[in-house]
Amino acid sequence: MSIDAEQDSGARSGADPFSAEARETTEGRVYTVTGGDWEDFLDDAEQEERVVINLGPQHPSTHGVLRLVLELEGERVTKARSVIGYLHTGIEKNTEYRTWTQGVTFVTRMDYLAPLHNEAAYSMGVEKLLRISAPKRAETIRVLLMELNRISSHLVFLATGAMELGSTTGMTFGFRDREEVLHLLEFLTGLRMNHAFIRPGGVAQDLPENYREKVLEFCKVMENRLTDYDKLFSGQPIWKQRLSGVGYLPLDACLALGTSGPILRSAGLGWDLRKVQPYCGYEEYDFDVPTSNDADCFSRFLLRVEEIRQSLRIVRQCLDKMESGPVMVDDPKIAWPAQLTIGPDGMGNSLDHVRKIMGQSMESLIHHFKLVTEGFDVPPGQVYVPVEAPRGELGYHVVSDGGTRPMRVHVRDPSFVNLQAFPAMAEGGLVADVIAVVASIDPVMGGVDR
Amino acid sequence: MSGDGTAGGLPETAAEHSGPPEQDPGTDAQRVVAGRAREGMFGVTGSGDTSGYGGLRVPAYVPPAAERPFGGWFDEVADGLFDGMGRRGIPSDAVLRITVDRGEITFYVDRRHLVGICRTFRDEPDLRFEFCSSLSGVDYGPDVPQRLHSVCHLTSMTYRRRVRVEVAVDAEDPRIPSVVDVYPTADFQEREAWDMYGIVYDDHPALTRILMPDDWEGHPQRKDYPLGGIPVEYKGAEVPPPDQRRSYT
Repeated sequence: MSIDAEQDSGARSGADPFSAEARETTEGRVYTVTGGDWEDFLDDAEQEERVVINLGPQHPSTHGVLRLVLELEGERVTKARSVIGYLHTGIEKNTEYRTWTQGVTFVTRMDYLAPLHNEAAYSMGVEKLLRISAPKRAETIRVLLMELNRISSHLVFLATGAMELGSTTGMTFGFRDREEVLHLLEFLTGLRMNHAFIRPGGVAQDLPENYREKVLEFCKVMENRLTDYDKLFSGQPIWKQRLSGVGYLPLDACLALGTSGPILRSAGLGWDLRKVQPYCGYEEYDFDVPTSNDADCFSRFLLRVEEIRQSLRIVRQCLDKMESGPVMVDDPKIAWPAQLTIGPDGMGNSLDHVRKIMGQSMESLIHHFKLVTEGFDVPPGQVYVPVEAPRGELGYHVVSDGGTRPMRVHVRDPSFVNLQAFPAMAEGGLVADVIAVVASIDPVMGGVDR
Repeated sequence: MSGDGTAGGLPETAAEHSGPPEQDPGTDAQRVVAGRAREGMFGVTGSGDTSGYGGLRVPAYVPPAAERPFGGWFDEVADGLFDGMGRRGIPSDAVLRITVDRGEITFYVDRRHLVGICRTFRDEPDLRFEFCSSLSGVDYGPDVPQRLHSVCHLTSMTYRRRVRVEVAVDAEDPRIPSVVDVYPTADFQEREAWDMYGIVYDDHPALTRILMPDDWEGHPQRKDYPLGGIPVEYKGAEVPPPDQRRSYT
């Protein structure tokens, strides 16, 4: 069927397969423009005062499968709306059919640029329901991982934002450096993304032996490379002209629209949950929350670069604070019974543990089986746990009805909420600014659509 | 449980309110059930009770009402709220129940006064909950009276406090006034709750589906909406889809 249809359309367009196709609909004439054929459309549309453009959902400048509908008068955007849902995967509902521990593997796939923040917030929610707290070392590991994750997320902002605005050098810089972070995260947690490393009760396992050297090495590399971004962008006239004064969103609008994260801080309010409502022991770390009063795209760029610097500061402090001790709560009803080790066939349960449950202790086997298949009960109630993710307040509303599975896991994803501010930032500006605005919101569609 | 509709109600209190006439005055004064009743263990039914746990009955969880003093700043916020409601002509029994659990305070409110209460939270100088962090729907399942909950998490950036405002409605009459007027950020989130749970937010500017396609039927996150999925073969055995696997609770 689909092949026939393609052949048909190929035959129809005849001589020039790249001309803008037009068809009449009840809404007026609709063109499909694919690039390089804008002139066909513009010749036709010269008399039109008002043009509605559909941008996306598959478009390299819309930050993933985000669809934008723009109403234009000439170059000026009079109305802008975002259409979402193209990446909806029902993760929230899926968690209701798995154990509390398995939930981590799902939530880490939501905002895939901030997997560790999702894991940490979810785990903290479950821990709050259980009325337990993770050991000190696990908390420090969480902070370390979250800050590394913040760096990688902001680097993707720089990379994709630069690419969308036409700076491919910025893109290669950003992804090159993000790769450094992902390599480090792979070394620390075992995976580049979707780690499922932070679990209710602590973290899955202790950090590998020479983590200190690797992290320090990374910090050194990253600190050197950060100057590249200042050289490339901060004083660059084209970058400044594309971003300064664009996407203005003052503080009152931020509060009304629920915007948080770098966008809120670019409007002058130093609201960072790590400072104002500390969790995971953030009150013990020494770092600054950069703010700006410009409330435009350029200030949001500057803030994110500065936040990378601050995150590096926190990462270095984590290494000093790391005290020895367990990384999982001392409760055999919650902690995974087996430690992971590398065996001849890859990573898995430690052989000692397998030997024990298969050869020596029937009770251990039953315990292992029960905990892995059934999971643990969580007393009924509900909690809301927010953390400061790279994009703003990431909140987990976790409800338990007393069972071994979540009753409800709602994710207040910062991208989802921040995206509501897009019309307020884009309307009245130029089409070119729309791209800058979306880049400065930095939505991750995996988190928006969940 | 479904026949337990009027148990534990506060008789005649709601009838005094001067809310919109289309709502049944009895329903909002019901006790808040936030969980489902269970029986047995291990999720086994239909086979003989060999374990002795088959007679286990666990009643549905009802969050206990908190008693004064609530502790910390909770009393201050509650006092501020009731003062503000008084000034705005909202009867104090519009707050059906206050619970304090795990360091978080929850106000279960009468839906007819939700917008007024949210406005009080936002505008009162000693409350100043200027930021609506999150709005989410919760479905407690078909057996629970007033199974659909709409939960609002408000944040006071001035005082660095958080409260939860919760409204419960029946699936047959899932109407809740929209708080978009007070908190414009609730726009997308109410659309999501409508899309996923079928909660109708009255006076929402454009209550359309947001995550599912426009022509989708049903509300996928309701407990009686199937998860879907197909059996998967793994090493010769067939693994059933997640919603048909054994559940232990």
